[in-house]
Amino acid sequence: MNAHALLTRLRGQLPLLVTAVLLVSMFSVGSVQYDGFFSGQVVLNLLIDNAFLLVVAVGMTFVVLTGGIDLSVGAVVALSTMVSAWLVEQHGWPPLLVIPLVLLMGTAGGWLMGWIIHVFEIQPFIVTLAGMFLARGLCYTISVESISITDPQYTATAQTRIPLGDLFVSPSALIALLVVAAGFVVLHYTRFGRNVYALGGSEQSALLMGLPVQRTKTTVYAISGFCSALGGVLLTFYMLSGYGLHAVGLELDAIAAVVIGGTLLTGGSGYLLGTLLGVLVLGLIQTVISFQGTLSSWWTRIVIGALLFVFIVLQRLITARRR
Amino acid sequence: MSTATAASPVKAVTRSRLFWPAVVLAVLLVANLAFTPDFLAVRLQGGHLYGSLIDILHFGAPLILVSLGMTLVIATGGIDLSVGSTVAISGALACLHISESTDPGGLATVLTAVGIALGTALVLGAVNGLLVAKAGVQPIIATLILMVAGRGVAQLITDGQIITVTSDPYKLIGGGYWLTMPFAILLSALVVVATVLLTRSTALGLLLESVGGNPVASRLVGIRAMRLVALVYVFSALCAALAGLMVSSNVSAADGNNAGLWIELDAILAVVLGGTSLNGGRFSIGGTVLGALIIQTLSTTVYTIGIPPETTLVFKAFVVITVCLIQSPVFRAKLAARGARTRRTARPHAAAPTNREVGA
Amino acid sequence: MRQQPVLEVRGIRKEFPGVVALDGVDFRLFPGEVHALMGENGAGKSTLIKVLTGVHPSDGGEVELAGEPVRIAGPLQAQRAGISTVYQEVNLCPNLSVAENIFIGREPRRFGLIDWAAMRRRAAERVRGIDLDIDVSAPLNSYSIAVQQLVAIVRAVDVSAKVLILDEPTSSLDRDEVRQLFAVMRRLRDQGVAILFVSHFLDQVYEICDRMTVLRNGRLEGEYLTGELNQVELVSRMIGAELAGLDQLGGGKRRERTAPTGKAFLQADRLTRRGAVEPYDLDIRPGEVIGLAGLLGSGRTEAARLLFGADQSDGGTLRIEGAVTALRSPRDAIAHGIAFCSENRKTEGLVGELTVRENIVLALQASRGWTRPLSRTAQDAYALRWIRALDIRPGHPEALVRNLSGGNQQKVLLARWLITDPKLLILDEPTRGIDIGAKAEIQKLVANLAEDGMAVLFISAELEEVLRLSHRIGVLRDHRMVAQLDNDGELTPERVLATIASGADQ
Repeated sequence: MNAHALLTRLRGQLPLLVTAVLLVSMFSVGSVQYDGFFSGQVVLNLLIDNAFLLVVAVGMTFVVLTGGIDLSVGAVVALSTMVSAWLVEQHGWPPLLVIPLVLLMGTAGGWLMGWIIHVFEIQPFIVTLAGMFLARGLCYTISVESISITDPQYTATAQTRIPLGDLFVSPSALIALLVVAAGFVVLHYTRFGRNVYALGGSEQSALLMGLPVQRTKTTVYAISGFCSALGGVLLTFYMLSGYGLHAVGLELDAIAAVVIGGTLLTGGSGYLLGTLLGVLVLGLIQTVISFQGTLSSWWTRIVIGALLFVFIVLQRLITARRR
Repeated sequence: MSTATAASPVKAVTRSRLFWPAVVLAVLLVANLAFTPDFLAVRLQGGHLYGSLIDILHFGAPLILVSLGMTLVIATGGIDLSVGSTVAISGALACLHISESTDPGGLATVLTAVGIALGTALVLGAVNGLLVAKAGVQPIIATLILMVAGRGVAQLITDGQIITVTSDPYKLIGGGYWLTMPFAILLSALVVVATVLLTRSTALGLLLESVGGNPVASRLVGIRAMRLVALVYVFSALCAALAGLMVSSNVSAADGNNAGLWIELDAILAVVLGGTSLNGGRFSIGGTVLGALIIQTLSTTVYTIGIPPETTLVFKAFVVITVCLIQSPVFRAKLAARGARTRRTARPHAAAPTNREVGA
Repeated sequence: MRQQPVLEVRGIRKEFPGVVALDGVDFRLFPGEVHALMGENGAGKSTLIKVLTGVHPSDGGEVELAGEPVRIAGPLQAQRAGISTVYQEVNLCPNLSVAENIFIGREPRRFGLIDWAAMRRRAAERVRGIDLDIDVSAPLNSYSIAVQQLVAIVRAVDVSAKVLILDEPTSSLDRDEVRQLFAVMRRLRDQGVAILFVSHFLDQVYEICDRMTVLRNGRLEGEYLTGELNQVELVSRMIGAELAGLDQLGGGKRRERTAPTGKAFLQADRLTRRGAVEPYDLDIRPGEVIGLAGLLGSGRTEAARLLFGADQSDGGTLRIEGAVTALRSPRDAIAHGIAFCSENRKTEGLVGELTVRENIVLALQASRGWTRPLSRTAQDAYALRWIRALDIRPGHPEALVRNLSGGNQQKVLLARWLITDPKLLILDEPTRGIDIGAKAEIQKLVANLAEDGMAVLFISAELEEVLRLSHRIGVLRDHRMVAQLDNDGELTPERVLATIASGADQ
């Protein structure tokens, strides 16, 4: 391998490396500064508390890899909690029927948005913006108030702790990890996954190479819709309620996690494991701030914004150097 | 219309870019009469004008301001997602300054507060502008940074509280009356007129439309696009800051969390409704004002009818997607092709497939 | 040895709104040959390729592959049928690895999952097969364009090896890279692959090709063995006008003219830009019309863009009115009184959704900056004056430019620059694609402007027009200015043709 190729490859991994270093150093500093920080449960809690974000961010990664964006994810999460709570609580439907239905709804919604984006060549951001309006609006047509869930199956799942030695995780965290693993396999070991990367590299080329561009694009948004709905189901377990104001701004967190995880917003380059790291960084920021005690919660947003700035400028430098 | 056009006056009116937004607004207003018979009535009471129309203008004033800035940004082919955060930051800064001052009711204090808010907006806009014009970051991503961080900054300024202020001069901006009218209406009207003058009696409008309409050609005629693009982001931030002052003044309080929440989306919607294409190019300030008023009237209507106000979002979703479909060249081409096909069904193989559906 | 053609096209027809791009073209390609497709702008080369690769559906005619009639509905079908294409701007995914680019869409799988090891192994074999020594797991964009080109060929051949279309593969390669490419092409040819080669470089065509098909104006001009047709004949067939007829036209209408003397307005000295145009010298005096002749892709536009600051030169010096000047942007050039009408009216010239008036005042307004607007009265006066002077139709200043015909759009573009009162006007293909009447008017206008003391650089593929207007003609070939010929009444179209074809003044 020549030195130039090696350099180029390293440069592609640079954001991922930065994120990994960031994660380790944040954790180390936290461990030195605060009592009780250095424990396995703190790490597991990161997963437990951010399970739904992780699932949503996986879907977002697929979309961003094609060079698109999905602003509707937070709203779809909220709608999923709302529909779940409404059907289970007010209509007495069994959760085992409601959950697949919600997942189907999210997938279909995502597919439809992808179809509109591709067929009518409208910018993804505006189509998913409409999707966001629609999903939030539909929440309120169900109810303006929060609907709390008392269904025994839901509460049982919410309280389930799966022991791991002295530690424990929640089922949601396991589901989230499962989604990450599945996403990883799909992206790296299936033709569809490679088509996603190809599409992000150059849509024109993908078309001329005979790849199924339309199917890939619609599927990607369908996956994001599915992940959002699943994230909504997990959030329902976590919150035990359905509410139109759940997950406000989640789309921003998901995008931030994807970017901090080293995926290029212009598409074509990035890793699902990076997104996992990105979510962990976001979670760790919150953990550090809560351990610190005197810092207020809004510092989370500011730090995320600052990180976004750094990573976007970094991405810009990397892509500019490539030309 | 000039005499040179042969088109009939009726056609000239219906073809105008403002025609459809105006029709929608009129229909909405008239529809309200069915629920509130005195909807269009305006009465003078204690030297102040009252009525639903005045309310729409009054509460719509901040949206109009934000949409003005957004119009120019969109004309260059960009987008500014950070206006909501800027609204919150500017209100928070102004209220903080007034609340900490020894003379909260003093004119000097209020003017300084306004100065601080606008000055900060100038910096925020410049950062956006540099990221887009100089660093070449996609506008949606560049402004996303401030959208995320800005809310945090606003809460940092207010320390997570709602800062309330008692200051008559400050109250005037968003909640006061002047010459029988709410001052906010006059202020926004003034900014609208100033923007029209700024863009149409200088060459700014033409050059912006050129940059948005054809960036390559604009470089080749020697337009300094970089400066212009940076400038519109600054302008957008200033408009948002003014709107932020209005919002916080109206309730005499700064709420870092909720002030200006979702206003960027409403503003984009207002611009699109007003007939300015998201692809950049031709813009219409009159259309944007009508678009903002449509949104405000819709909100008011929903309130008066008694539907939960949050469900307006469903309407907005359909409006956004309809308008974007109408603006989409592909959609229009497909519609036209379908029209042509139905017209000549006798020739089954007449309609050639479009060349986009290759190898599907 | 005349065997059955692997690909045969008969009477192919393709229309676009208002244009017949291909009008009953026949074309044959035999296995084991390299076949050149030649033609100037608008000849129908790229349309034919797009029809063969399924990007455009044809409107009539037949395509036969190995004797079987086929209908090519898209790039995928074309590939499946055995026709693969490598485009100039390498249509691969730069972000993916070399191995993936070769195998994407048909990756080797095991248990339904991609078998990366097998893919890398096979890719390495294929790459070694053409004597290329690269790491196939490195991303494509870590290699030069030339290597990317070769990777694209590897993919194309591996997908389906019957017919390989190479669309201007050499335009951004250096000499050694071209040699490497040709070696690969010969090897594939010897393996029985039919290669269709498109290039603007005549020498390359003569070096590598066995036969050639010449198109002109969407029609078949002829099919020749490379040895049968010398370069001068080829060029005249591509450019079209029969030599005798052209001579008559040129001789009959050409004006008596004496080249202006005096100090040059602009002097280019060894001006160059890598990959675009080799170092060239050029002097332009006030009142002088300099023609640039050469085939499409010979570097005419590239040479002109350096004089306008549209691209930056990376060598040589430029003097404007005697002073050494570096043009960093079009704005710099405009400030020195230089104007440039691009050949791409729609993408680089006009702003379609603005009106005729706005497009006309745009350059003047840009040079004044936004704070010093032209009054509406002044704008209307400019617009009306030039609408009248150039007979722009519809004659309404508020008509949208995108609704005008090509000729009228060109006039709007001319008007835009004429109101800036330039000292040097660069016209790149100002008469392409417009009707005869408008063409004559524009030619007359150019002559008059020069008589009034304006320097003009006139680029055109039509020799007749260049000869009629220019005092001097710079001839470009393969990105090099090979000669400057004085148009002193003695200059014949044959000599210009010969210069274009041979690369030297003879």
